Amino acid sequence: MNQLDFPILSLMMGLPMLAAIICLFLGAHAARLLALVTTLVLFVLGVVLWVNYDIGGPQWQYVERVEMFGNFAWALGIDGISMMLIMLTVFLMPICIGASWESIKERVGEYMAAFLFMEVLMIGVFAAQDIFLFYILFEAGLIPMYLIIGIWGGTNRIYASYKFFLYTLLGSVVMLIAMLWMVQDAGTSDIPTLLNYDFAPEAQTWLWLAFFASFAVKMPMWPVHTWLPDAHVQAPTAGSVILAGVLLKMGGYGFLRFSLPMFPEASEQFIWLVFGLSMVAVVYTSLVALVQQDMKKLIAYSSVAHMAIVTLGLFAFNRQGIEGAIIVMLSHGLVSGALFLCVGVIYDRLHTREIDRYGGLSINMPKYALLFMLFTMASIGLPGTSGFVGEFLSLVGLYKVNSWVTLVATTGIILGAGYMLYLYRRVAFGELVHDDVKAMPDLSAREMALLAPIAAAVMWMGVYPESFMAPIRGDVGALVARIDRAAPEGDAHLKMGQVKAAPNGLEVEADQGESH
Amino acid sequence: MDYRLSLIFTLPEIILSVSGMILLLVAAWGGLKSARLISILAVVALFGSSAYAFEFLTNPSFEFGGDAFYSLYRMDGFGSFAKLLIYFAAIVSLIIAPRFFKDSGSYRPEYPVLILFATVGMGMMVSAVDMMTLYIGLELNSLSAYVLASIIRNDVRSSEAGLKYFVLGSLASGMLLFGISLVYGFAGSTNFSVIADALTGDLATGPLIGVVLVLAGLAFKISAVPFHMWTPDVYEGAPTPVTAFFASAPKVAAIALTVRVIIDAFGEQTSTWQQIIVFVALASIVLGAVAAIGQQNIKRLLAYSSINNVGFLLIGLAAGTAQGISAMLFYLIIYVVMTLGSFICVMEMRDAEGKPLESLSSLSGLAKTRPALAWAMMFFMFSLAGIPPLFGFWGKFLVFDAAVAAGMLPLAVIGIAASVIGAFYYIKVVKIMFFDEAANEIVHTGHKTENAIIAILATAVSPLGYLTIPLLAPVTATAAQALF
Repeated sequence: MNQLDFPILSLMMGLPMLAAIICLFLGAHAARLLALVTTLVLFVLGVVLWVNYDIGGPQWQYVERVEMFGNFAWALGIDGISMMLIMLTVFLMPICIGASWESIKERVGEYMAAFLFMEVLMIGVFAAQDIFLFYILFEAGLIPMYLIIGIWGGTNRIYASYKFFLYTLLGSVVMLIAMLWMVQDAGTSDIPTLLNYDFAPEAQTWLWLAFFASFAVKMPMWPVHTWLPDAHVQAPTAGSVILAGVLLKMGGYGFLRFSLPMFPEASEQFIWLVFGLSMVAVVYTSLVALVQQDMKKLIAYSSVAHMAIVTLGLFAFNRQGIEGAIIVMLSHGLVSGALFLCVGVIYDRLHTREIDRYGGLSINMPKYALLFMLFTMASIGLPGTSGFVGEFLSLVGLYKVNSWVTLVATTGIILGAGYMLYLYRRVAFGELVHDDVKAMPDLSAREMALLAPIAAAVMWMGVYPESFMAPIRGDVGALVARIDRAAPEGDAHLKMGQVKAAPNGLEVEADQGESH
Repeated sequence: MDYRLSLIFTLPEIILSVSGMILLLVAAWGGLKSARLISILAVVALFGSSAYAFEFLTNPSFEFGGDAFYSLYRMDGFGSFAKLLIYFAAIVSLIIAPRFFKDSGSYRPEYPVLILFATVGMGMMVSAVDMMTLYIGLELNSLSAYVLASIIRNDVRSSEAGLKYFVLGSLASGMLLFGISLVYGFAGSTNFSVIADALTGDLATGPLIGVVLVLAGLAFKISAVPFHMWTPDVYEGAPTPVTAFFASAPKVAAIALTVRVIIDAFGEQTSTWQQIIVFVALASIVLGAVAAIGQQNIKRLLAYSSINNVGFLLIGLAAGTAQGISAMLFYLIIYVVMTLGSFICVMEMRDAEGKPLESLSSLSGLAKTRPALAWAMMFFMFSLAGIPPLFGFWGKFLVFDAAVAAGMLPLAVIGIAASVIGAFYYIKVVKIMFFDEAANEIVHTGHKTENAIIAILATAVSPLGYLTIPLLAPVTATAAQALF
């Protein structure tokens, strides 16, 4: 079956499902404990997954397949990219449960059940090897997230939950029609087979657009990003963490798994669209973030800007761009999750997210200020943190394709530094003017336990990214080989070292080697 | 013609009609006291008929079916399948009724008897291969339904529902009859296969109008737009168990009947009926979704939801292939389960004195006062909206798959995009139950039987429902194949 001789992926989906059902019938404290234990066990299973993952082995590992639904199969299996995203999920989940430990007091059983169910779906989305199974799990995430925002959210939660639900649903339904067509055309719903199936170029255009509608909303790309700030602001802290940390990555994963390898020609054809929207997103949402008064909204807009870097990297069609985009996804999952936790920490104390109500926190909350500083720097992309590795690689990849787009995208980094440092200055520095802020205690042991692991992961990814890049290298290589035939001609050419007269044809090789 | 065989083929109907007549006599002599006994006996009779229908559907020796009574009636997999669904819905409507009527008046023995007669009519509808049998079955069902709608005779709304249903239903029957007479006039027969042979090539105006009128009459019976106007009023006014029955069994029968008429009698005229069905399907989806948004009464809301779902069902018919019909049949199973489930949840909405509540606002905060009921209702709502992983998604998946396979991409894209409008009011119900402050209106604890049925139906539409696909898919495929 696989290197572990038992269906570990099904177990990783079955276990939280079971726990979720039990949670519904438990009291508050028991439900919290069960959820924490389950998510920790899943984290351990995730580590088992990673340790036993055979780097350089077959592309799809831990494969399971049961033909049980007629039109589709229970087919699971992961490659390196899926594994890293599953790791991100199982890493963030115990932290989410911990973040809700004290702030959620009502209907705890249902809350924990919704989160555990969410975890089932997230693992399933990244592990699904059947296109319809993927769709079902992808769409199913709407229900628990709708409940999380609507039941435990802020004052304007109903509007936000409706907007989240309808926006994402409208984006995805057309994708289902595209999937039905693809499966009928290719005769199989098996994703690994579809990855190597060549659809007719004119069909690709329509299919690509249908998938784009879904993933662009999920990602979210400008101009369909407006659900995100609302959802983030209204969701409870843990909801924001899981939304920014993992759910947004489903959009990027979708581009990576479907749009690019299945429709390479159409992807090339629509590069202008992706680049155009991403450029607007980088500059526009960064500027919008600069003027926000609400901390969560600011981080939400910064997410849109970071996700635009991801799309730019993905559609660079080369190794650096795609690897960089994946690292940005992982890094952003950690960093934005941590930033939302940081907001949650002070929100729990003062019950406001308004930036002006704080100030001078570095005086009375030094530990908090230190960690917040680390995550701010990581969000900016300071070398030594995870943010740098991904953004640098994506931009290098992008530069090979289009230096003007890169120029615009890079301004986003500068603006990013602007709004994040401005946020940090207003929250942490200055005088302690408000009495209630003065009375706020520093991080509790529980809060330290939530933030410290993320800080460690952020530093690890920043200092030794090889641990995270080794598993994805082979899969990115396969993807690049697959889409190479449609790769756009770059505008950056190496002038230096080119031999003018070339009787032996060496310089042609050199040229290809450099520009792709 | 072998009468013995004809009688065997019509056994499900014979059992039901004979027991219906006997029970009517029992009711006449036994009075109100006998109501409970008659219900039980009616359920037994329905189980007996189900056994035969099941035998006809699954026994390989009946695989190709057969005609009875000089091609007036056909026993085949398609009809037997539809009958099983109808009998199931009828049995559930009988089980849930006594408690409801006890709470709001008295339970009359006419109720089970009328259900039995309506069911006989529906059995005839789905087995008819002749316009005459079709009409007789339809009228037997409709007349019983008119009485059922007004069964609480001292209730104004119930009487009004019955009257409205009767007037509009007669109009539709009139249109249907006129259409049938035109088709008969041009084809020279009322038999489906003879009509199919006669109506080939380009249609003259006469038979064309005939076909359109027949379809209009049938569209009324399945409450498809633009002939849906009666549905919200009747569903709102009729007693809830009756509404549950109307929304499930007769709908299955009418849809199966429509399918058989279109495929068997007008099968050659694809271009004629297809554009009508495509229009009706899309109009039902859109209107069913948009009109439901403003509703404050849960039964009216569910009525529009049923119109909306009929639109999706018709997409399978529009495809016109065996795959499309089999998708419809699968959708019908899920539809019956979802509809019955949500109406039984509505029945559970009662205040402390057991009086039924129907406004959406009385559902407020149900998740706090009756969590299990709220969860079940949420399952039905998301399932009706077709959101995965609930089983309602599977029905939509199958019909859209069939539409895409038949090359009807624009229909599929518009239809599925319109389903998002519908999602709005389903999530509104969930919002009212889960996000709003508790209204504490529904304090009546449920009854064991109803709770058990709700639990079973909710489990069926939960993701566990997907496990039934390997069992049901071959059955629907065989049933659909019987038409081609």
